[in-house]
Amino acid sequence: MTQTMIEAGKLNVHFGSNHVVHDVSFSVAAGEAFGLVGESGSGKSTVLRCIAGLVDSWDGVLRVDGKQLGHRRDKEFFRQVQMVFQDPYGSLHPRQTIDRILSEPLAVHGIPDAETRITRALEEVALPRTARFRYPHQLSGGQRQRVAIARALIANPSVLLLDEPTSALDVSVQAEVLNLLADLRQARQLTCILVSHNLAVVGHLCGRLAVMQGGRIVEILSEAQLRAGQATHAHTQDLIALSHELEG
Amino acid sequence: MTQPLVEIQNLRVEFPSSSGGYNQAVRGVSMSLGREKLGIVGESGSGKSVTGRALMRLLPEAARVKADKLVFDGVNVLSASERTMRGLRGGRIGLILQDPKYSLNPVMTIGAQIAEAWRAHNKGGKKEALEAALNLLEQVRIRDPRRVLDSYPHEVSGGMGQRVMIAMMLAPNPDMLIADEPTSALDASVQAEILRLIDDLVSARGMGLMLISHDLPLVARFCDRVAVMYAGQVMETLPAQDLHHAEHAYTRGLLDCMPHLSEKRARLPVLNRDPKWLEPRS
Repeated sequence: MTQTMIEAGKLNVHFGSNHVVHDVSFSVAAGEAFGLVGESGSGKSTVLRCIAGLVDSWDGVLRVDGKQLGHRRDKEFFRQVQMVFQDPYGSLHPRQTIDRILSEPLAVHGIPDAETRITRALEEVALPRTARFRYPHQLSGGQRQRVAIARALIANPSVLLLDEPTSALDVSVQAEVLNLLADLRQARQLTCILVSHNLAVVGHLCGRLAVMQGGRIVEILSEAQLRAGQATHAHTQDLIALSHELEG
Repeated sequence: MTQPLVEIQNLRVEFPSSSGGYNQAVRGVSMSLGREKLGIVGESGSGKSVTGRALMRLLPEAARVKADKLVFDGVNVLSASERTMRGLRGGRIGLILQDPKYSLNPVMTIGAQIAEAWRAHNKGGKKEALEAALNLLEQVRIRDPRRVLDSYPHEVSGGMGQRVMIAMMLAPNPDMLIADEPTSALDASVQAEILRLIDDLVSARGMGLMLISHDLPLVARFCDRVAVMYAGQVMETLPAQDLHHAEHAYTRGLLDCMPHLSEKRARLPVLNRDPKWLEPRS
């Protein structure tokens, strides 16, 4: 049995008087890719943001790499766990060059050899060398998302949290980014959690997934069960039927 | 049906570029639309939205628009007066945009906004307009129209906001709807609901629909015909039910590179862009 990398136990989140996540428990093995699907408002992104340390009003148990997480995280945590957001237009600093964006995590964590690491990171995400001294607005949406992935990977994390990483992209660019993520995950043995409302995308990248509705996990199933349509919960069955219908 | 509602022949749109020249956004697009559902698909930057905007003359002044023919129901859009255009925009052609959060006025109640749209194109008092608004909200299948009438846009969900936008566009009884990525900001399940609603309303009222989207399978399900655009040109136009047998390499490429639930593939095929697609088409 491989080691558990991420574990959530009876996670609850309140925003003011709103109880948005109810008793969510799951665990992700090291090197596994786990999907969280559901409609907007189902709490999937909130769970991800709790793990990343971006949401504070949670209680329950969260563990990453065997260590129990508190509400304040240490610097090592923020190196080990990295996140890629949905909108590459919003997540990169508009007045910093790609070089500056990529050197920041290195400076924060005191990692040496910025020069070689940045060149290598750009190569890894298949960006041209010329992109290094450009600003985000000079790149296309797909290239920007590659920069966001490069920034997440440059500090050598072991966990990658992906929040709808391809839903702002064209299908042609989505294919390139999904291939890139699959390659990087394999090469670096990353543990991933992917949040998406697109079942086909989750099925492509993840081995297991949890379906959320109204802040609760209603079902956890494997990719094979998903493809075979072996879902027991009505909501999962609806989502699968809809996905097949739209595929035509 | 004798005459098509919209006729576009050899439409060209250029925008000034920073280097002083012009960038061609649309390069010789021709299409016609009757009272039917036409889908326009393509990647971002393919010129699909610009084509829709050109028809309503909503492009920035700096844009250069040329066409052999750009006609909406007998009105020449290229030479019509601003007054005539005002009657067309919102009056005879409704436009639904991607994100209701940005297209609704955040400081006006939904009822007041729909009533305003109604009064802009119909004669009648405030009370009549509010009644019309209530009726329109019922038509777009909002369960509790009275409550929504008094709500502000931030108090309703994305799907509800999009229904409100549709209600507003239906107020003047338009002949045609242009829906520019109407569901891209919504969940898959809400997406299907909104498109079904648009589909029903368009069919019931006998309107023409131009559905602009980057989502090929979605468009194929809801439209009669699909025009596939790449780099400012129409690559092919085909009946929606034949989309899965499309022959053009670009259309095939777009369909292939999507992950499918029904089959497992280790890698997704990547679109190989053929420089031939960029050559001017006859």
